[in-house]
Amino acid sequence: MQTYLWVLLLLLYAPIAIIIIYSFTESKVLGNWTGFSLKLYGSLLNTNAHHSLMNACINTVAIAVIAATVSTLLGSIAAIGIFNLKARNRKAMGFVNTIPILNGDIITGISLFLLFVSLGITQGFTTVVLAHITFCTPYVVLSVLPRLKQMNPNLYEAALDLGATPMQALWKVIIPEIRPGMISGFILALTISIDDFAVTVFTIGNQGLETLSTYIYADARKGGLTPELRPLSAIIFIVILVTLIVLNLRTDKKKQLQSQKTK
Amino acid sequence: MNKLQLFFASRKSWTLPYLIFSVIFVIIPLLLIVVYAFTDDGGHLTLDNFRKFFDHPEAMNTFIYSIGIAILTTIGCILLGYPAAWILSRSKSSYSKTIIMLFILPMWVNILVRTLATVALFDFFQLPLGEGALIFGMIYNFIPFMIYPIYNTLQKMDSSYIEAAQDLGANSYQVFWKVVFPLSMPGIVSGIMMVFMPTISTFAIAELLTMNNIKLFGTTIQENINNSLWNYGAALSLIMLFLIAATSLFSSDEKSETEKGGGLW
Repeated sequence: MQTYLWVLLLLLYAPIAIIIIYSFTESKVLGNWTGFSLKLYGSLLNTNAHHSLMNACINTVAIAVIAATVSTLLGSIAAIGIFNLKARNRKAMGFVNTIPILNGDIITGISLFLLFVSLGITQGFTTVVLAHITFCTPYVVLSVLPRLKQMNPNLYEAALDLGATPMQALWKVIIPEIRPGMISGFILALTISIDDFAVTVFTIGNQGLETLSTYIYADARKGGLTPELRPLSAIIFIVILVTLIVLNLRTDKKKQLQSQKTK
Repeated sequence: MNKLQLFFASRKSWTLPYLIFSVIFVIIPLLLIVVYAFTDDGGHLTLDNFRKFFDHPEAMNTFIYSIGIAILTTIGCILLGYPAAWILSRSKSSYSKTIIMLFILPMWVNILVRTLATVALFDFFQLPLGEGALIFGMIYNFIPFMIYPIYNTLQKMDSSYIEAAQDLGANSYQVFWKVVFPLSMPGIVSGIMMVFMPTISTFAIAELLTMNNIKLFGTTIQENINNSLWNYGAALSLIMLFLIAATSLFSSDEKSETEKGGGLW
């Protein structure tokens, strides 16, 4: 039975394996092996040669970090608020929260495009960030809310009874309880922001700003893929893979320590 | 203290920033789609945009064709993803968590790069690009979104239900169709929501997978907006919004019965 999982994973990873394998050859076209070479890695790191690609990369990361940070703050505060609403209002707010998720990126993109056009706002970095906050925040709210539900409601009251100000009670009681939800919300926001393409295309304007997605899109329409994208994708993939493995090992260790303590 | 002060002292008021944000960036933009859809260039009320859609077989055909592709993709994701979710839910949790991670990991490689790599894969095995490649590519892109919610419901499922059914004499076929499958319905519905609509609305991916031979509805909308046909593009978006509303109504019906299970993420 386990073999089925591994076959499925093998299929999922085949295209990525192809990208990584062909990042070690010079050929312009993906799928054409012209011998082992590290030239693409060299020219990727040589910023002068691929200035626009590196710029797009930096923009993507900057947008993702800003959008994920703001939506984590906005979403966490909102989640605490929503949790304290009466049932009917909570349901209404929950519905509003799911709209961007249900709509899908193209509707979100077009609706925001129409908003910015109607307001006469020149589209660029700020509008992309705002758009990304719009579709990231719902995921943060959805990761923080369950944490609040699991929390013992008496904890906050107890803190107040023991003389904490509401602000102290928030920092010392509520925030530590919801922190795991905030972190997973932040990571999720980061992921979908970096992977986003449709919303970005509609809100990026025509001032010459590029993210990785729009860069690749423009590239693909021209019929090819800048060869340097292969080593870039390979590096991104390996970095994420290693980070995840390290994080996993660390939480495993923590769990082990905890179980030893309880024994 | 008056009412206003009380309101700001309570944590209910913390909803306010997000509410204001949502009104500006979610609700007003959606209303703008409606406004644009029912007006012409000059801002006069008109139904021409919709007439154009129903009169032009091209956009209409793309729409129906996209729904067909989305249905096939969704079915493919369920058929391939359900067994995977089932196996994962029966495995040790630390192991299944790692495997789930592995399923989500490819999403960190840009969707367009992944798609182009899929094209390279097809070239490598000398398979023709076309409908087959399109459905393969779509399943490839969306299957993690099907596996994860189904896995979640299956994992939370109380295994004593299965034991009870077995004790009462159900064979494994009956256990699955009468107990496991109905109980995992919320997860399947979440999965369908995450796969069906995105398949219709993706653009660029279909073109890349079929050498520009097949176009999905998302591309039709995007082309019109790109060519400054905002009103017509808005009308097409509104048609898609109706479809989204219809599918989500269907799913909330299913979900309200078993509120606790599943969940999007």
